[in-house]
Amino acid sequence: MTLLRVEEMSIEFGGVHAIEDLSFVIEPGAIHSIIGPNGAGKTTLFNLITGLYRASRGRIMFEDRDIGGQPPHRLARLGLSRTFQNLQIFFRMTAIENVMVGRHLHESRNVLAHLLRLPAVVRQNQRTSAKARELLDFVGLADDADVAAGAMPYGALKRLEIARALAVEPKMLLLDEPAAGCNPVETQEIDHLIQQIAKTGVTVVLVEHDMRLVMNVSTHILVLDAGRKLAEGSAAEVRANPAVIAAYLGAQGQRELARAQG
Amino acid sequence: MSEFLQFLFSGITIGAVYAMVALGFTIIYSASDVINFAQGEFVMLGGMCTVFLAAAGVPLPIAALLAIVITAGVGAALCKLAIEQARGASVVALIIITIGASVFLRGIAQVVFDKQLHRLPAFSGEQPILIGGATLLPQSLWVLGGAGVIVIALHRFFRRTLFGKAILAAAQNRQAARLVGININLVMLSSFALSAAIGALAGILVTPITLTSYDVGTMLALKGFAAAMLGGMGNPVGAIVGGLLVGVAEAMGAGYISSDYKDAAAFLIILAVLSFLPQGLLGARIRERV
Repeated sequence: MTLLRVEEMSIEFGGVHAIEDLSFVIEPGAIHSIIGPNGAGKTTLFNLITGLYRASRGRIMFEDRDIGGQPPHRLARLGLSRTFQNLQIFFRMTAIENVMVGRHLHESRNVLAHLLRLPAVVRQNQRTSAKARELLDFVGLADDADVAAGAMPYGALKRLEIARALAVEPKMLLLDEPAAGCNPVETQEIDHLIQQIAKTGVTVVLVEHDMRLVMNVSTHILVLDAGRKLAEGSAAEVRANPAVIAAYLGAQGQRELARAQG
Repeated sequence: MSEFLQFLFSGITIGAVYAMVALGFTIIYSASDVINFAQGEFVMLGGMCTVFLAAAGVPLPIAALLAIVITAGVGAALCKLAIEQARGASVVALIIITIGASVFLRGIAQVVFDKQLHRLPAFSGEQPILIGGATLLPQSLWVLGGAGVIVIALHRFFRRTLFGKAILAAAQNRQAARLVGININLVMLSSFALSAAIGALAGILVTPITLTSYDVGTMLALKGFAAAMLGGMGNPVGAIVGGLLVGVAEAMGAGYISSDYKDAAAFLIILAVLSFLPQGLLGARIRERV
């Protein structure tokens, strides 16, 4: 079954066609990347898929279910989670509390049992905190569990946000520039982490500017330019596509490249 | 000494009411950044609904319970019909909407009820208790007890229940809260209903002492606001401390200086806090991450 199917989707901001008549599918498993020059509509596309924006035309199907216009908290329930380009962290909580909030949908919501702190509730809290610790360990933050998020460095917060997104137990995880602002060592750690996540069976969709990272991890790449699909395929196919080279380097660069390849 | 004790008692009693109003401000502010100036009207509605239901022959405890439910419904309606419709408007615009709602509710109360002063019988007699030469009304104990129960119940609710924690999470970062599956609209709706219910309870408890009428809400909202500002907006403990301080300052001012300037105490506190301590006594000193 196709995990995500986008059909002829468009959205405009004022007169600007941010996404125009875009169709593509994402099959379950593996790592999919969405690339394109600045302003190509990558983040807009993420915001459409995760329910922050509403498409003016077209359909978005998640597991053959139309999810157009669903609010984000409903999508979380269906198995869709994401991280943000600019961090969205609970800064006044500790690292482990941030991840525990991610378990929200997996906890019982019996108010009375919680108020009375019944044994079942205590056990549930222990389970949640154990699961959160496991996830922190998975992203390499085991030692920072009780550190206030506000006091953690940027690279660690990037991974903390991924741990929280994973706590939702998504089927599909959308990462919006996970390596932006990271140094080469941190980028390599993220690279490794993304592959680990894919191995657990979560479908990863990636928006990223770091081409080395993208080419390294992606099994499938979608190239956007000015809100339209420019190309699609494996890393090797996309790299060899003249239209992609033109969009990234411009016609001038293309001529130079041709000369260099001579 | 007995004079001082007398002023202290009346200050703490009225302070407990301000503290409950301030708690209402705090809950809505936490969940939505909105300062709800219709908070005083919730207090008025609690008192007035109880008075009129009791007059219609409903037994007092049931009348009080119904009044709380009705007021919570009004709070939810305010959120659903006014605040939610203006989604995406700036916080200042939302605050202006609540001022409008306050005027609207006052007008409705004038029509549905009347313009008279009303009172309720004290819950457990009028016989004052003598302590150290000062007198304490039994109703004051009801007010203090009510405020105490609310504080403990709220604390438990926010610390222990999943829904309480969800409200706290949404207060910290809405975007992130939605992402993990928290329904923000539901959080907003219940914070308005909860604040309204707490306001209504305050109104019911204090009516036997201070009387009530359709327009008591304005002054209560301003004083509760002063209390919330003093304690630090968004901090429940601060709301309690601020409420008691404003109440005691008012009673001392009225007793030792002049009762003509009773209401001035709260406004002097607002001015002083805004000029010298804009975060309040216990407010978080948040530094924006850049």
